[in-house]
Amino acid sequence: MTMTDPTQQEHIIGKRRVRREDPKLLSGENRFADDLVVPGALHLVLVRSPHAHARIRRIDVGAAQSMPGVVGVYTAQDLQAEWAGPMPCAWPVTPDMKSPTHYPLAGEFVHYAGEGVAAVVARSQVEAVDAAGAVIVEYEELAPVLDLEDAVRDAALAHEELESNASFVWTLEPNSEAVDAAFRDAAVTISERYVQQRLIPAAMEPRAMVVVPSPMGGDFTVYSSTQIPHVLRVMLALTAGIPETKLRVVAPSVGGGFGSKLDVYAEELLCLALARRLRQPVRFTEERGEGTMATIHGRGQVQYMELAADADGKVRGIRVKLLADMGAYLQLVTPGVPLLGAFLYHGVYDVGAYSFTCTGLFTNKTPTDAYRGAGRPEATYAIERAMDSLARKLEMDPAELRRRNFIAAEKFPYESVAGLVFDSGSYQENLTKALDAADYGQLRAEQQQRRAAGSPRRLGIGVSCYVEMCGLAPSRVLASLNYGAGGWEAATVRILPTSKVQVVTGTAPHGQGHETSWSMIVADKLGISPDDVEVLHSDTSIAPYGMDTYGSRSLSVGGTAVYLATERVIEKAMKIAAHQMEVAEEDLEYVGAAFRVKGSPEQQLPLAAIAFEAFTAHNLPDGVEPNLEASISWDPPNFTFPNGTHIAVVEVDEETGRVELVRYIAVDDCGNQINPLIVEGQIHGGITQGVAQALYEEALYDGSGQLLNASLADYLVPSACEVPSFELASTVTPSPTNPLGVKGVGEAGTIGSAPAVINAVVDALSDLGITNCPMPATPERVYQLIQQAKSE
Amino acid sequence: MYPSVFDYARATTVAEAITMLADDEDSKVLAGGHSLLPLMKLRLATPSKLVDIGRIAELSYVRKDGDQIAIGALTRHRDVETSELLVREVPVLARVAGQIGDPSVRHVGTIGGSTAHGDGAADLPAALLALGATMVAEGPSGRRTIAAADFFKGFLETALAPDEILTEIRVPTGFTKFAFQKFNRRAQDWAIVGVVAVRNERTNIGFINMGATPLRATAAEERVAAGANPEEAAAVADEGTSPSADINASVDYRRHLARVLVRRALVELG
Repeated sequence: MTMTDPTQQEHIIGKRRVRREDPKLLSGENRFADDLVVPGALHLVLVRSPHAHARIRRIDVGAAQSMPGVVGVYTAQDLQAEWAGPMPCAWPVTPDMKSPTHYPLAGEFVHYAGEGVAAVVARSQVEAVDAAGAVIVEYEELAPVLDLEDAVRDAALAHEELESNASFVWTLEPNSEAVDAAFRDAAVTISERYVQQRLIPAAMEPRAMVVVPSPMGGDFTVYSSTQIPHVLRVMLALTAGIPETKLRVVAPSVGGGFGSKLDVYAEELLCLALARRLRQPVRFTEERGEGTMATIHGRGQVQYMELAADADGKVRGIRVKLLADMGAYLQLVTPGVPLLGAFLYHGVYDVGAYSFTCTGLFTNKTPTDAYRGAGRPEATYAIERAMDSLARKLEMDPAELRRRNFIAAEKFPYESVAGLVFDSGSYQENLTKALDAADYGQLRAEQQQRRAAGSPRRLGIGVSCYVEMCGLAPSRVLASLNYGAGGWEAATVRILPTSKVQVVTGTAPHGQGHETSWSMIVADKLGISPDDVEVLHSDTSIAPYGMDTYGSRSLSVGGTAVYLATERVIEKAMKIAAHQMEVAEEDLEYVGAAFRVKGSPEQQLPLAAIAFEAFTAHNLPDGVEPNLEASISWDPPNFTFPNGTHIAVVEVDEETGRVELVRYIAVDDCGNQINPLIVEGQIHGGITQGVAQALYEEALYDGSGQLLNASLADYLVPSACEVPSFELASTVTPSPTNPLGVKGVGEAGTIGSAPAVINAVVDALSDLGITNCPMPATPERVYQLIQQAKSE
Repeated sequence: MYPSVFDYARATTVAEAITMLADDEDSKVLAGGHSLLPLMKLRLATPSKLVDIGRIAELSYVRKDGDQIAIGALTRHRDVETSELLVREVPVLARVAGQIGDPSVRHVGTIGGSTAHGDGAADLPAALLALGATMVAEGPSGRRTIAAADFFKGFLETALAPDEILTEIRVPTGFTKFAFQKFNRRAQDWAIVGVVAVRNERTNIGFINMGATPLRATAAEERVAAGANPEEAAAVADEGTSPSADINASVDYRRHLARVLVRRALVELG
C-alpha cells in the first residue's frame, strides 16, 4: 500500500485518470469468449429461416448428419425435452400481455428471417457450416406482418395462435380530464407523427459463448459475451432445468453491448442443452451477417405526439400514442422498453397535463429489446422535435421557447405529472452554457446571411434539451411496473493481509471502465493509490450477487454499493484501531490511510497495520470477527436524472441532399464525475450513436421481410471520420439520491443527439416549408424533400 | 461466412504463377485479397485453387518509362498514394488511391487486384480509364498489352484470359490537372457515384459506379472539347450510363449526382 502524507491527502475522485483496462485491450491481451481455448469443444451452427413468416413442412437432416465431422443435427422436436420452460421474458407489463410460445428453435412455424430451425453440431466450425448448408427445409410461405400501422389493424397476423398482433396496451393517464381541457383551451396545438426506425446494435464483438460441462460433477461453466452474467445464470437455470448451484456464468472480456447483450439468447440455451446431452463443451460464435438478424434490434416505434400550448408558448398538455415494435417474440425486457420512455415525454418541461398510451405489436421481424437509451431516446426525440415545431408555429426562437417551459431550478426535487420525482437539475444553466459555447446568435446571423445570399450550402442549428431516468432502479418502483427482478446492486470490499484491496462488484462492465472507476472510489475513500485496488467482476463464482450493467445504472447503484462497502470496512477497522490504541472510537478519525487520535495526529495506526491485525486475529476486540471485509447490497431510493443541452450545427448541400455535421456542442449534467475522462468517452460514443440514428443507420427490410443491410458494408455505422471534434462542457448538479452525488452518463449522448441533429436538418430547410425529415436523413431522402418542397 | 474448401499455392515468380494457373482452370489469382476474399466468404466465388502472387517482389514498383509511368500490379494503394513520382507526374492516381477504404485496406489492397477485379464501383479502374492507361498481361502464350478502353468488359469481367495475370499498368504522364469527386455516406465507403476528371490538352472524365464497368462521360467530354462551359457539359453527363439502384441511391438520384459531380469537377479543373 502506498502511504500518503495525511496532510497532503489527494483527491482521486474527479481527476482524469487513464483507464487501466486499455493496455490489455490495445495490446490484444484480453481474451474474449471466442478466444478461449477449450479442448474438445464442439461447434454449434444454426440453420436459419430465410423467410419472415412460414410454416415448416419438412426438415431433412439426413444428408447433413452424414457429413464429415458432424456430431448431430437437431430440430425443435429433438430438443423439446431439454427445456423446463420457454425462452424468458422478465417484464409482463400488463396482466393480460400476450406472449407467443418461444423456444430456442422454431417448431411448426418461423416468425422472422434469421430464426433458428435446426442446430448442427460438428467437430469444427467449417464442418458445421458446411453441414448446415446440407440441411433441407421445406417451407410454405405465409404473409408477413412488417409495418406497425398495418400490424395494429390486424389485417394479417404475425402469430397464428394469437387473435391479434397486439401484445399489450399500456396506459399512463394521471389526469385525462386535464389533458382534454388543455387541448380544448389551447391557443396552439401541435400534432405530429415520428418514426423511430429499427436500429442494429452492432457491438464491436459479435456474440460468442462456450459451455463447458463437468461430466462427473454435473455442473456447467457458461462463458458468454453477455452484459448480464447474474441474470443469465438465473434464467438459464430456470429454462434449462439445471439447479442454479450447478451453473457458473462468466463474462470474459466483452466487447460492447449497447443492450444487445442484455438478453437470454437461443444459442446460449442450445450450447448449454447440447453440452449436457453430449457431455462435451459446445461453443457458438455468431457471424456478423447472422448477428444482424439473430441479435435483438433497437427502437422501432411510430410516435403520435401532440402538444397543447398557450400563445406565449407555455405548454399545457401532452398526449402521446405509441405503436411499439416487439418484433417476432418478447425477449428478456422487450415490452418494458417503451415504458422506460413513458414517464419522460414531457422532457425537461413543467407540464401539468399528460397522457401516454403504448400498444406493443408483434411483427415478423427480429425481436427488439433494450438498445442504448431504451425508450428514453425515443421520448426525448418526440418532445424535442415537437418543441421545435411549436416554436416554428409561434415564430419563436426554439431556445427561447424551451426557456419558457423549463422546470425551474427551485422546484427540485420535482414531482412530475407522470409520477416521478426528478432529483436535481440546472436546465437553464445548461442551455445558457450551450448557447454561449455555440455562439448561437452569430450562428443565427450566419444562417440569415446564407439564406439571403441563396447559398446552396444551407446552415441548420438544432437544439435539444433532455432528461433521462437512470440508475435502474428502486426495487419497489420496479415492482409497481411488474418487472421480474429488483434493481439493487452488491459489492464487497476486502483489505487483504498485505493491505492490497480487493473489490467485488455485481456490475458487469463491457467497455465502461468499472475497474478504473471503482478503484478510484475506493482509493479516494481509503486514502490509498488506485493501483492498490483490484476490481473483480463478471463471474458468478467470484461475485455471486449482482444485477449487472445496463440503463446507466452501474455507477449510481453499483458504484454507490462499492462506496458504502468501503465505509463499512473503515468502520470495522476503526473498532480494531480503537481497541489497539486503547482509545474510544469517537476519539479517532480516519485520515490519509491511518487512524489517528483527534487533536493528536502523532498518535496513529496505519490502515495497513490494522489489515494485518485483522488477518492474524491475535488481538481483536471482543465480538469482532477476523478479516477486514464488508459486503453490501444497496437498493437506491430513487432513479437519478441526468440531463443536458445539445446543439448540432449542420450544413445541407441543397444540390445533393448531403448533410454534414459541422459542429456539435454538448453540455451534460451527470452530477459529480468520478473520472471525467471516462465521462467524455461515454459522451463521445453516445453522441456518435445518436448521430448514427439521425443520419446513417436503419435496418431496412424488403416487402417479404428480408433484412437488406445485414452486413456492415451496407449497415452504416459511422466512424470518427463522420463526426466533428465535439465541443463538450458540463454542469455539475449533484444527485441527492446517492452519497456519491452521481447520476450516470452511459446513455446521455445518445439521448440528446438524434433530436439535435434532425432539428438542425429541419431548421436548415425550414424556409422551404419543410417541417419534418424522417430518420435517417440520407442524402437521397433529403434531396427528395427539397425537390418536393421546391415544386410545391 | 467461411469460404468453401480450396487449394492454395504461393508463387515466387510470374512464370511460376502462370504455370500454377494453367494447372487448374478453376483457379483464381490472389493478390491483396480485398475483393476476392469477401466474395469467397459469401461463397459468391468458389475457386478450386488460389494462386497467391502477393509475395512476388518483382511486381511491386513505380518507375518512369519514357512518357509513361509503369506501375507493378502488386503495388499497394498506400504506395501509389505516396509515390513521389506519381504525386508529381500523375497526381490523380495518388489522390484516388489515398481515398480507398481505410488505412488498413490501403496497406494491403493492390492496384492490379482492384483493376483485374474489374468492379464498376471501384475507384482506381475509373481513374485508369480516364487516364487512358494500358494494361500489361502475361500468360502461357506470352505478354500482351490491352488498352483500358478495351479492358473492362462487363460486371466483374475483364479482357484477361483465365490463364493470364495482370502484371503492370502503364499510365501516361501529362494529365497534371485533375479533379476527384467521390460522393459517399461514410469516408470508408464505396462511392455512391464518383467522378475522376483529368486534363492535359483534352479533358477525360471517368465515372465510378454509373454502370457495370467503369465508364467515360463521353457526351460531357465532347461538349467540353467543343468549348461548352461546365454547366452545359454536365447537363448531358449521365448520357450513355446505366446506373443501378441500391439501398443508397435510386437510378434517377445517381444520374442527378453524376451531373452535379461532373459539373463540380469541371469547375474545379477551371
